[in-house]
Amino acid sequence: MKASRWFEQLAAVTILAGVAGVASASNDRLVLTGSSTVAPLVSEIGKRFEKQNPGIRVDVQTGGSSRGVADTRSGLVNIGMVSRALNSGEHDLVAHAIAMDGVGIILHRSNPVQTLTDEQVKAIYRGQITHWSEVGGKDVRITVVNKAEGRSTLELFLHHFALKNSEIKAQVVIGENQQGIKTVAGNPGAVGYVSIGTAEYEAARGTPIKLLPMAGVAATVDNIRDGRFPLSRPLNLVTKGAPTGLAKRFIEFARSGAVNDLVEAQFFVPLAR
Amino acid sequence: MIWSKPSSSSRWHADRWLEPSLGLLAMGAALILLLVLAFLLHEAWPLLSEGDLLHLFTDGGWYPLEGHFGLLPMLWATLAAALGAVLLAGPLGLASAIFQQFYAPSALARLYRTVLALLAGIPSVVYGLWGLTVLVPLIARWQPPGASLFAAILILALMILPTIALTSASALAAVPKAWLQGAAALGLTRKGVIMGVAIPAARSGILGGILLASARALGETMAVLMVAGNVVQNPTGLFEPVRVLTANIALEMAYATGTHRAGLFASGLLLTLLVLALAWMAARITRSAHPV
Repeated sequence: MKASRWFEQLAAVTILAGVAGVASASNDRLVLTGSSTVAPLVSEIGKRFEKQNPGIRVDVQTGGSSRGVADTRSGLVNIGMVSRALNSGEHDLVAHAIAMDGVGIILHRSNPVQTLTDEQVKAIYRGQITHWSEVGGKDVRITVVNKAEGRSTLELFLHHFALKNSEIKAQVVIGENQQGIKTVAGNPGAVGYVSIGTAEYEAARGTPIKLLPMAGVAATVDNIRDGRFPLSRPLNLVTKGAPTGLAKRFIEFARSGAVNDLVEAQFFVPLAR
Repeated sequence: MIWSKPSSSSRWHADRWLEPSLGLLAMGAALILLLVLAFLLHEAWPLLSEGDLLHLFTDGGWYPLEGHFGLLPMLWATLAAALGAVLLAGPLGLASAIFQQFYAPSALARLYRTVLALLAGIPSVVYGLWGLTVLVPLIARWQPPGASLFAAILILALMILPTIALTSASALAAVPKAWLQGAAALGLTRKGVIMGVAIPAARSGILGGILLASARALGETMAVLMVAGNVVQNPTGLFEPVRVLTANIALEMAYATGTHRAGLFASGLLLTLLVLALAWMAARITRSAHPV
């Protein structure tokens, strides 16, 4: 008897909440779709935004940068997430960068090789160059360290060097950046690529790795922030025209210094301010 | 049978409640296993329903974003790593069990058992970290790249050694003293007693322990992930990098969507079936070869 009454009350509350939810969905709910690289960061930012603005819900869904562009265009979502700069055919959209993503090539500190051209990196990863002596180093076998499928660093690396993952002949496949750094630090013949933020921090703390410059630009967080480092990209929120209302408030929050710690926790680089 | 007539009505009352509630709990545990299997099937379904199941085994490589879902190289790698570890840790574990049961002075045997129990309790990620920073560079100096099937076998052997040693020791301890004394009275040497009586009598317990350890070796993730190199290829040499099924899931789960995700659940399903087959075998061996 008691249980059934309790159940009725619960049902009533649920229905009421449901009605209220539908009624106010348009004002209190922000929907974002797009890049799976940007999504984890935005969902963290969204959680903080929800905490500071009670009653507001931020709904983040993935599906790739192109879905972010398409959904924003069609008006299906308030904001799209795109992990690259907008191209010439996307002038109808406005990009709001929230962070930069940069990947650096790392070698063991004892490796005398100081720089590699894009062509050399490509040949090494394709297994066409197998010894460091072929690129001016010692006669040591190269250990190619690659990332596991689905990681954003892999995607950025493949895109920059115009490689397909099935072309790469790796000797070690890693998941986290830290695992990559430990693998290279423990193998004088290894070459790998990891998020620059992590690598710079580790190198400064004495881990025996070094970051290679690319096209004459040193691999530093500062150069990524400026957009000068070639192997980097902006992480964008895009809107159709200038944002208004809730979307505007969210974008301002995501671009503010209040989320720097969240950006760094995902191994991205906060914006220059 | 050990059933005796209930001595008092209150105990009988307790039994009447105990039986169904224990039965319910046991059924719950079994149900969870079924739910896990159903869940794995459900999540892997987008890939499994996509056509013939064979392409999971005939596809040459694992490039889920390019539509290739070959699981076979990882299945072989998983089996090779577990088998290698058992071949290495089995004899060593049995030897240390015999040592502590029959040869070591009792104080030393107690100390040895404590050390083994401690070893068994070390979290696998610690072994992995040690492997990545010490073992792999060591092997790399000899046979680059270092991260290899060999490193995985060594780490796994280290991890399952205490399990095999402890279960073997307790199986040997369970052999009735009278048998050993009888054998000794018949004039058998200590070696004869151990080889001819103790080990045959404890055989099922020892085998059960080894199978239990194999299941752990198959299911181990973090330690292997850190030392095996994780390149998807058939294990053709000891010093080639390989990827095991568990590592495949752990490496890619966080970023997988769509059929890629379903492919990872298919890996999980395959692994679960493998472990179930092993558990079934262990149960059969223990039952059929039970002494007395």
